[in-house]
Amino acid sequence: MTRPGRRERRSRPPVPAHPLDENGTDMTTPLLEIRGLSVSYRTRGGTVAAVRGVDLDVFPGQVTAVVGESGSGKSTTAHAVIRLLAAGGMLDAGTIRFGRHDLVTLSEAELRTVRGTGIGLVPQDPTVSLNPVKRIGEQVAEVLRIHGLATRRAAAAEAVAVLDRAGLPDAAVRARQYPHELSGGMRQRALIAVAIAANPRLIIADEPTSALDVTVQRVILDHLQRLTEESDTAILLVTHDLGVAADRAQRLVVMEQGRVVEAGETATVLADPQHAYTRRLLASAPSLTGPSAAARAPITTAPRDASRPEPAESSPPLVEVRHLVKEFRLPRAAGGHRTLRAVDDVGLTLRRGQTLALVGESGSGKSTTARLVLRLTDPTSGQILFDGADVTTAKGAQVRQLRRRAQLIYQNPYASLDPRLSIGEVITEPLRAFGVGDRAARLDRARDLLDRVALPAATLERRPAELSGGQRQRVAIARALALSPDLVVCDEPVSALDVSVQSQVLELLAELQADTGVAYLFISHDLAVVRQIAHQVAVMRAGRVVETGPPADLFAEPRHAYTRELLAAIPGSRLPVPVADTATTS
Amino acid sequence: MRRYVIKRLAQAVGVLWAAYTVSFLVLDFLPGDPVSAMAGAGMDSGQVDPARIAALRHEYGFDKPVLAQYADHLGRALRGDFGDAVSTGRPVTATLADALPQTLRLTGAALLLAAVLGGGLAVLATYTSRRWLRQLLLSLPPLGVSVPTFWVGLLLVEAFSFRLHWFPAFGNDGLRGLVLPALTLAIPTGAQVAQVLAKSLLTALDQAYVETARAKGAGRWRVHLRHALRNASLPALTVVGLLVGQLIAGSVVVETVFSRDGLGRVTAAAVTAQDIPLVQGVVVFGALIFVSVNLIVDLVYPLLDPRIVVASDRRAGIA
Repeated sequence: MTRPGRRERRSRPPVPAHPLDENGTDMTTPLLEIRGLSVSYRTRGGTVAAVRGVDLDVFPGQVTAVVGESGSGKSTTAHAVIRLLAAGGMLDAGTIRFGRHDLVTLSEAELRTVRGTGIGLVPQDPTVSLNPVKRIGEQVAEVLRIHGLATRRAAAAEAVAVLDRAGLPDAAVRARQYPHELSGGMRQRALIAVAIAANPRLIIADEPTSALDVTVQRVILDHLQRLTEESDTAILLVTHDLGVAADRAQRLVVMEQGRVVEAGETATVLADPQHAYTRRLLASAPSLTGPSAAARAPITTAPRDASRPEPAESSPPLVEVRHLVKEFRLPRAAGGHRTLRAVDDVGLTLRRGQTLALVGESGSGKSTTARLVLRLTDPTSGQILFDGADVTTAKGAQVRQLRRRAQLIYQNPYASLDPRLSIGEVITEPLRAFGVGDRAARLDRARDLLDRVALPAATLERRPAELSGGQRQRVAIARALALSPDLVVCDEPVSALDVSVQSQVLELLAELQADTGVAYLFISHDLAVVRQIAHQVAVMRAGRVVETGPPADLFAEPRHAYTRELLAAIPGSRLPVPVADTATTS
Repeated sequence: MRRYVIKRLAQAVGVLWAAYTVSFLVLDFLPGDPVSAMAGAGMDSGQVDPARIAALRHEYGFDKPVLAQYADHLGRALRGDFGDAVSTGRPVTATLADALPQTLRLTGAALLLAAVLGGGLAVLATYTSRRWLRQLLLSLPPLGVSVPTFWVGLLLVEAFSFRLHWFPAFGNDGLRGLVLPALTLAIPTGAQVAQVLAKSLLTALDQAYVETARAKGAGRWRVHLRHALRNASLPALTVVGLLVGQLIAGSVVVETVFSRDGLGRVTAAAVTAQDIPLVQGVVVFGALIFVSVNLIVDLVYPLLDPRIVVASDRRAGIA
């Protein structure tokens, strides 16, 4: 039986290399040349082709971005280069020429000499990509130790230097710490240090900043770019974010369903996209300039029109939060007890049928604020009014009543649906919990809700695992609306989804709001998304609301320096302004 | 850290007290008492002098109310005095102390064998890329758990003592005599270690940091032993802590099958003779060993996984 991830073609000798300049400065010969690459995965249901005949070049000293949605094969292509495919992955055909080697035909042992020294990998999720039980310095030094580039002691010292080069402050201290003691951004720097430790000529960066805050993302990408410019290293950048690709890459490769549909100079591709898929990607990229979903949504109930907020103004707000404070006690430090003010004197007002967006980076207190509003956690001080009633210290039946009127949509639709329940059971669970209707009535309601979120009624019988991410989030939305709540808290509801799916889900949310008059408390780190959906925006930083206002004003004339910083950090300033008529939503 | 240890020690004392109390109550509710059992055993004719029994009852304090007996016994147990064994008249503590070294040797050897065999099996099964070998190795642990200990013991004796004459079939003589009983005891224990470790190794090998390690150019053994194994060892260690209790229980069977002296034999004899003070001594003593081993296991966790102390501190901080 053939081993996964390996091809039985070892009998063929490596093809002689292209005449390549030793320093890799020859810009006309690619450093990495992929030809006719096909990869498939063996699953229980049969063989699935993930990459089909991909050609791709990476030139020395350049950033080449591979963009596409999930399932497009971009990540598989990148991992195939160092033959680190997930279980069941098979290289079926093609050549991957790197310098003098065809990586497809190298033996596992020869390949190990290329990994780390020739090609470095910056993985996707810094929170899980470092070994939790080893010190940071040790993990960087390991690269040098494996390839015999330094003795144990020299490697330790070198690791500190590399960490410093990767932009990690206090590198000597960090080297002695464990991954869990570092923030996500710091961990990604440590992983960059791992990737660059042996001075590879190519770095494969697989969604290197998707898990990070937008300001951290910018700093990390800046640093990665500077490092490669200094050392003339090439980067193969895999990203779902067209904005990131537009800002960083000299060359752009667009993938769809395992094929390269378009490739070329970034500026050329963006200015004049040839393929329909590229145009669609460009159109659905959330931007700060296009029309917003809230404004685009068909308005059926006139008083809830966002552009005319006057009638809503007169009614009492649905949620009013005053001087809200939440403190967490930190582990005892040398100076005795310390507390963290996660939410610091926050005041918010959310009107019926409107969307209030909380924006900020991780740790800014936006999720804690939402949890306080839902009474999932107790405030240290302050006041929460829900529909005029004080629910700050509500208990028992009152909280249960609140649960019925305020629902939650989670960030990750892959984790928030019980895999053992059918979709019908998922959607009717809130109804069952509150004993609403009989079995038949609940099923009717579920069918109606599925119809509203544009899923076929047959979905009722299916399980979450059979649905795509976008479909799952639609199910989560249907579940949240089952009890006809007044408020739905959306905690980063689209950040786990592809851009084209993102815009569809946002439009759905806006439509449902127009139909039902539900209010959204919408948490997001993505200002472009917020701009599409929100009537009011509150920018949070370190537990405080630093600025509030309608998105149009806020983004046009940000008053607070932090808002300006957030806006500047959004990638995609080089993206062309989307034209409304190219938007094709299916 | 010191507060954590003190808290755990307090918990351990609580567990010991509970073990003592529960065993006291259970033994008190059982029909019959050791005096009649002893008297019955001593006189085959069946003719027992009622006055003699009453005198014995009084001597051992069985005629007092239950609560008074409990308070009396607990007070003495705290000073390390569990009374005298009814069947032999020797102090319980001395009886246990005599039996302990043999059993410690047996269970210690069994634990070592279980860790080496079970751990080795798990590492090998998850390392090999030959599918049939992996399947074969992974099917061994369920088999090892499901076969009864005494049957394994008898099989081993049959094969290695009676047929091959490699090891003695019974007795306490030296290292050679230890091999078969320790192996018998180690098979179900090692099987459970292997089961848990193999499972958590497979989970660990699926983690993103393993890909990072492979992307560094690390070889398979390096990835397996230096990266995955340490992360996977925590669940296995937890199981080892729990298995110590099973080993002590297993020694009852194994020491009987192999006619070895030790705690297990003492337990078996004490239960048969309804020797309440001795049974109680065994229960409390077993609990003491179990609690100590698990305390050690808990203290080893932070050494293997740096995140753990932080977690316990944080919990303490919020509570």
